[in-house]
Amino acid sequence: MDIKKVVSVVKKKKADFPKSIIEEIAEASERHNLKVKELEKLVDEIKKAYDRAEVEKGEAVGTVAAQSVGEPGTQMTMRTFHYAGVAELNVTLGLPRLIEIVDARKKISTPTMAIYFEEEYGTNEEFVRRIANRIGKIVLNDIIKDFNVNYATMSMTVEIDEDKISDKRLEYDEIIAKIEKAFKRVEINKNLLSFEPTISESKHAIRELRLLADKVRDLQISGVKNIGKVVISKEGSEWVIHTEGSNLGAVLKMEGVNKTKTSTNDIHEVEKVLGIEAGRNAIIHEAQTTMEEQGLTVDVRHIMLVADMMTADGSVKSIGRHGISGEKASVLARASFEETGKHLLRASIRGEVDYLTGIIENIIIGQPIPLGTGSVGVVMKERD
Amino acid sequence: MKNDILKHKLVPDHTILSKTEMNKVLKQLNIHQEQLPKIKSDDPVVKDIGAKPGDILKITRKSHTAGKFVTYRLVLE
Repeated sequence: MDIKKVVSVVKKKKADFPKSIIEEIAEASERHNLKVKELEKLVDEIKKAYDRAEVEKGEAVGTVAAQSVGEPGTQMTMRTFHYAGVAELNVTLGLPRLIEIVDARKKISTPTMAIYFEEEYGTNEEFVRRIANRIGKIVLNDIIKDFNVNYATMSMTVEIDEDKISDKRLEYDEIIAKIEKAFKRVEINKNLLSFEPTISESKHAIRELRLLADKVRDLQISGVKNIGKVVISKEGSEWVIHTEGSNLGAVLKMEGVNKTKTSTNDIHEVEKVLGIEAGRNAIIHEAQTTMEEQGLTVDVRHIMLVADMMTADGSVKSIGRHGISGEKASVLARASFEETGKHLLRASIRGEVDYLTGIIENIIIGQPIPLGTGSVGVVMKERD
Repeated sequence: MKNDILKHKLVPDHTILSKTEMNKVLKQLNIHQEQLPKIKSDDPVVKDIGAKPGDILKITRKSHTAGKFVTYRLVLE
């Protein structure tokens, strides 16, 4: 029995099932070899159950979602760090991470990326290592053999270690070009570099030389902006790079990087690079994995509702004072949340009107709330 | 190169509705177009598929619960 047949029966019975249920019916009818009449009976029964399970009109889904996320939240650990996957990287988990997600923080405390590779490169360790060194931050200090500051001649010599360069799969010429671009007064003699400070004849000369030494050591010679350490690991048969720090836009442009799977945990970055719908998916994914990692299960529908609210007006908004709760139309609803005085004062200056259409404002003034059976009114039928 | 982001697993299908489809959808949902969720005109996906402000995008999401879910967003000015 194929799906088309099920769809036609479902249509005939005027049921509006989602794709997943239709697929399940098709699978079940095939397994039990149902006849058309039996299938119709099955669809009838499922329609009854489906209608019963549906959320009632006027149900306070937002409140239920808040409770359903909030209650397991009380059981989450306050402990911030630890990472299940790669031991060397720290990633914020638990309650602090969940707060970060719903607050839609611009700067999250531990941004990280998971970089995957296209099939032809995924098992090529050499290629992955080379890419990892292009992405990860490498400073001059990482590739030197010897470092000398000579206070008598006011100069400093650096010896580059060729083994380290080849180990990190870097190019000697590129490094030299970077150094020449960054420092004007430098002499290059194969692997021996000697630097001189710009000021050499004053009482600040020694300080200047020391500052130069730090600058030389910290010169970045490889890496993508905003990305620090990288960790290479193997997941199944393919190689994956996890990073500290994140720059999705730049990494997606690199050759060999899998452009469909590579992702970051920074929701604002996902929104900027992949759009608002991807941002919504990222919120759902991050919130759910954070809960699951703690051994808590929350129905996705609640998280989906939160994500829908956060992305409804085209950009990722936080839940709370600066986001959704702060933009409510009703003065009383806003005043009841936070900063009561400020909202009441501003509303009175502007002459705002409260139309008492929401829940909170009606509770405040002691009226029945527009919820459940309260969301419908009674209209008298005129007699002719 | 340009269409790469549309293939990303986090990005669902976006299609631009024609005028007649727009009216049909709004009538079926019984709402004004301002009541739809919004999408910014400088959203990377909007730029990629070339939608104009005032267009309505049909978004076909992969859903954990329903398998497939269709929703709409209005492109902001």
